[in-house]
Amino acid sequence: MQEENLIPANEFCLHHNIEVSFIDSLKEYGLVEFTVIDDAPFVTIKQLTELEKLVRLRYELDINLEGIDAIIHLLKKLQGMQDEIIILKNKLRLYEASK
Amino acid sequence: MEYIDYYKVLGLDKNASAEDIRKAYRKLARKHHPDLNPNDKEAHKRFQQVNEANEVLSDPEKRKKYDQYGKDWQHADEFEKMRRQQGRYQSADREETFSGDFGGNDFSDFFSSLFGGGGAKTHGRESKFRGQDFQAELYLSLRDAYTKHQKTITINGKNIRLTIPAGVENGQKIKLKGQGGPGVNGGPNGDLYITFQINDDAHFKRAGNDLYATAEIDLYTAVLGGETTVETFDGKVKLKLAPGTQNGTKVRLKGKGFPVYKQEGQFGDFYITYQVKIPVQLSEREKQLFTELSKLK
Repeated sequence: MQEENLIPANEFCLHHNIEVSFIDSLKEYGLVEFTVIDDAPFVTIKQLTELEKLVRLRYELDINLEGIDAIIHLLKKLQGMQDEIIILKNKLRLYEASK
Repeated sequence: MEYIDYYKVLGLDKNASAEDIRKAYRKLARKHHPDLNPNDKEAHKRFQQVNEANEVLSDPEKRKKYDQYGKDWQHADEFEKMRRQQGRYQSADREETFSGDFGGNDFSDFFSSLFGGGGAKTHGRESKFRGQDFQAELYLSLRDAYTKHQKTITINGKNIRLTIPAGVENGQKIKLKGQGGPGVNGGPNGDLYITFQINDDAHFKRAGNDLYATAEIDLYTAVLGGETTVETFDGKVKLKLAPGTQNGTKVRLKGKGFPVYKQEGQFGDFYITYQVKIPVQLSEREKQLFTELSKLK
């Protein structure tokens, strides 16, 4: 049943008109964890959004893998900071209301 | 509908060459790309404008039409009619357009009125794989956020029943997979992002998982000690007060605060600040007794 949710990486590349070596590079940089069945990499539906983002960064914005690696790291940091801002804003609201 | 100066959007003048347009577009698209500016509505808007400007200015025919009719775009329909009589409008092949992953319409009303429909947008490599992501806001009271409950919301005419876990934070965003726009070419649907807006409560204040409230106690209970009852989301709680409780004294009720998000059975703390009510409009007898008291010291 689990296989229903898997997409062959080759098919993904074909659909997006990108070379299969891109998948190998992503694996190498540890940017995406692929499911390997009979030596063939597969992606889950859940990974599609992230994978498509990586494709856009590489092919639309012409960013190399090192750059993507750094960006993903910074975006994670940014997300953490945005979450923290929400918490701090809520705290500030509390203190301002109690003034 | 407002006139959009596409040259200004790309920071160019009217004599810009195709290479200038390409360079300016690439630079601005990178700067405002939604993948690099998550949760930044302003950047998404700018990215759409930049894309739209490039859609027009990178296509010689569209650029010509824009230059000719741009400021007086109402005449574009007449222009279109004339063109249709002359033959089918041909859209030139474009080199590149960035797609990004953002919700909403791709083109402005201005663009649609000038060029019709949603424009001849094509993505650099392939049309969109996933459907559009939708963004929605859901307003909850603090009491709603305290308990896990179900709510039905209507997005684009579709009723979606969702379970809201207890302890959601104000401003928190959740993703409902596959509840966005339909996918293209058999691709998966987009996602629905819901941002919770939690209204302030008159009695309780929340900071993270902790709750804060003030409780009024009368002077006599503060001085002599006694009991008071305070309201929590979980019901009423009886508290003992020590003699000589000062105004502003804070007490902590462990585990009586807000539920911790997605951690069943875990709660923050509830902090109560006592506010001692000083009696006003004293009777003559009371005044007398207070005076006597004051003389004892």
